[in-house]
Amino acid sequence: MGISNKNIVRISVVLAIISWLGLLGATLLIRFGALQHSLHTIPEFVAKALLILYIFFVFVFFNFQIGKHGSTNIGELLWKVFVTGLIATILSLATRYVLILIAGNKFASNPYFVDILYTINIALIIVYLTCTFIVWKRLILYQKSKNLIRLWRVFEISVMLSLGLTFFKLRVFDITFDLVIAYLIVLAAILSANLKWVAYLNYKQKWKNILLMLLVGLYLWYYLITIINFTSNHALIIDLGENLTILALFGFTFLYSIFSILVLLFNLPTSSVFEKKLEEVINFQRLSQSRNTGQSEEQVFEILLDSSVSAVMANAAWVEVYPHNTSNGYKIFHKLNDASLREILDKIDRKKIKKIISSDPIKNVKGSRFVVDIKHHEYKSVLVFPIFAQEEEVGIMGLLKDLSDGFNRDMIEIVRTFVNQASISIENFRLMQEAIENERYKEELKIARRVQGALLPEKLHKNDDFDIHAFSKSAAEVGGDYYDSFRMDDNRVAYVVGDVSGKGTSAAFHMAEMKGIFHSLSQLNLSPSEFLIRANTALSACLDRTSLITASIMYIHCKEKKICLSRAGHCPTLIYEAKTGKVKFIEGKGLGLAILRNNNYKNFVESMDLKYGAGNILMLYTDGIIEAKNKDGLEFGYDRLKRFMEDNHQLSPEQLNNQLLDMVHQFAEKQILDDDYTTLIIKFK
Amino acid sequence: MVEISSEVESDICFITVKGDVDASSSIHLDQSINEATRQFKKILIDCQHLNYISSAGLGVFMSYINDLEEKGIKMILFNMSPKVHHVFEILGLDQLLKITGTEAEAKEIVNGV
Repeated sequence: MGISNKNIVRISVVLAIISWLGLLGATLLIRFGALQHSLHTIPEFVAKALLILYIFFVFVFFNFQIGKHGSTNIGELLWKVFVTGLIATILSLATRYVLILIAGNKFASNPYFVDILYTINIALIIVYLTCTFIVWKRLILYQKSKNLIRLWRVFEISVMLSLGLTFFKLRVFDITFDLVIAYLIVLAAILSANLKWVAYLNYKQKWKNILLMLLVGLYLWYYLITIINFTSNHALIIDLGENLTILALFGFTFLYSIFSILVLLFNLPTSSVFEKKLEEVINFQRLSQSRNTGQSEEQVFEILLDSSVSAVMANAAWVEVYPHNTSNGYKIFHKLNDASLREILDKIDRKKIKKIISSDPIKNVKGSRFVVDIKHHEYKSVLVFPIFAQEEEVGIMGLLKDLSDGFNRDMIEIVRTFVNQASISIENFRLMQEAIENERYKEELKIARRVQGALLPEKLHKNDDFDIHAFSKSAAEVGGDYYDSFRMDDNRVAYVVGDVSGKGTSAAFHMAEMKGIFHSLSQLNLSPSEFLIRANTALSACLDRTSLITASIMYIHCKEKKICLSRAGHCPTLIYEAKTGKVKFIEGKGLGLAILRNNNYKNFVESMDLKYGAGNILMLYTDGIIEAKNKDGLEFGYDRLKRFMEDNHQLSPEQLNNQLLDMVHQFAEKQILDDDYTTLIIKFK
Repeated sequence: MVEISSEVESDICFITVKGDVDASSSIHLDQSINEATRQFKKILIDCQHLNYISSAGLGVFMSYINDLEEKGIKMILFNMSPKVHHVFEILGLDQLLKITGTEAEAKEIVNGV
């Protein structure tokens, strides 16, 4: 159908007006024919048909104007009936006033004039009845079920069909007339039992609606009187008093008004309970939605307190929130202060505490929730609930009442639900906070990584005699591997590679200490072994009990073409001799640093001198390479490293490093190794 | 993962270390040795099933060297695989700790024969 609701409403208004004008015309014509005793007059059924048409169009109008409208506000619907009734009644009273004014006048007995006034009243009565009928329909179908809708349809169709009965000359108290009326009234009575909307009103609304319903009934009464008046005082062409449908509608609307008023009245005392329940539901919703609406944790506790206070009608209450991480503990009071709270807590007789058994046995163990009577001049009973989040007691809520045994089971249950919901909200808050904190730590670690990266030299010192390349990578954000170079003089350059035991942040701090110590020692022009002895003394003083450092130090004397190296528990230096084509590890004596924290260390370290020639390669490295494991737990090991060097000695230091890393990664079958690893490779020219 | 168990045989405390001792599992090793040094003068550590030991694990052994000397405790590691022994060697710990081949040898030393 291409016609919108709005257009249907407009068209039905126009058609209703036309029908009514037709009805008026037909009535006057019939009256004229009757007065003139003319035989050529229009038959009565035309007027009846026009009346039916008028009723039909008014019905369509209200059905689309009120019936299909979105609003289900009960107050608004009743207000509509009231206003329609008011306007119609004022107009109707106006016609009555006219009649009274002209009483005694010759006009008063003019049948045409009476006909016009009566037809106007017909229009008003039908408008009001239909309007009420449609609104009642909305109310009855407020909470609909399939059966209810079906029953309503039967009623509606029956009412429509009954319109057709006006064509038969049925009289009031005819058996058919009575049967049909009885049938419609029974249906109406059954339907009138549907008053579910009443439950949704609060106390104030109920009173307002009782008033409106009374007025609706009053209008109905007035119209009924009007019809009866006209019927008894005047000879009418169309008599609504004999119209079965109109009478049935009167019956229905009247019945429903009475039912409504009675149900509203009986529901008045319980409405406060319903209001309370509704409030609880709303509070519950507030608690559960709090995390979405950007509220703070404190606000959640406030809502919890308010909700619980109103749910149990507490006279005073408090929430104590325990300190958490960085946030301090605090208290929220409702009609209470710190001093009086302390006084109350003193009054609680521990022996008389009645523990409330929760349905959740685990929570019973954790909490000390209790309800107890107290001897206080103002408050006589207290209900205390602990608040948990993340398996931890985050706070406690207490509710006070001025009568003893003031908390019944229902109250305790509702408070429990509130507390549980608040717990969830708090838990979510804290999880969110933790997530944010973790994010911050990650950022901090990134900074630490940058800072540590700066501890490694950007550029290594070198002489023209050799090429050099160094590389270091941590398993975690920060690590304990270290390499560096120091220029001793024009002739000598020193290189060092160190490894702190353990990994991660603690290793990184020790690595920084190592760098400081090594840099200081590099100023002292020490031999490699002396360097390590001094480093041992310094590190012994600053490393913790179980931390140790391994290091290799190597001086390259360019004039003498020799290398002097010393090892402190570090992986033996790998050397490739170009002359013989052999790869070997230079082990030698060398105890790790900070193991022996006394003067004996000098007995455990030695220096070695080596000559170097073109093509020789030296490689310092950390155990991250040797100990890289594959998924079978097999280590990369010294032998693989040795073979690697035998196979690749023709490469440059940088190429060697890259090739080795590829090989280690391939061996371990992962891109990130479990330990920090470092290489420092020197190739002589 | 590491599995550490302690047993007492007359006046000797036997500690068996199985698996990998790395930075995180070294804490357990530290605890066991700490307990043993408080009650016993003779400690034997069976390293037969010690697969791998990181520098952090070595740090645990290292940290007791002074303690052992001061309190006159004899602690001997035995049954160590060549690979693990090499790790001790490289660090130089083999010069500071007593490491022997078999349990019998270890017992001999500990009983001061």
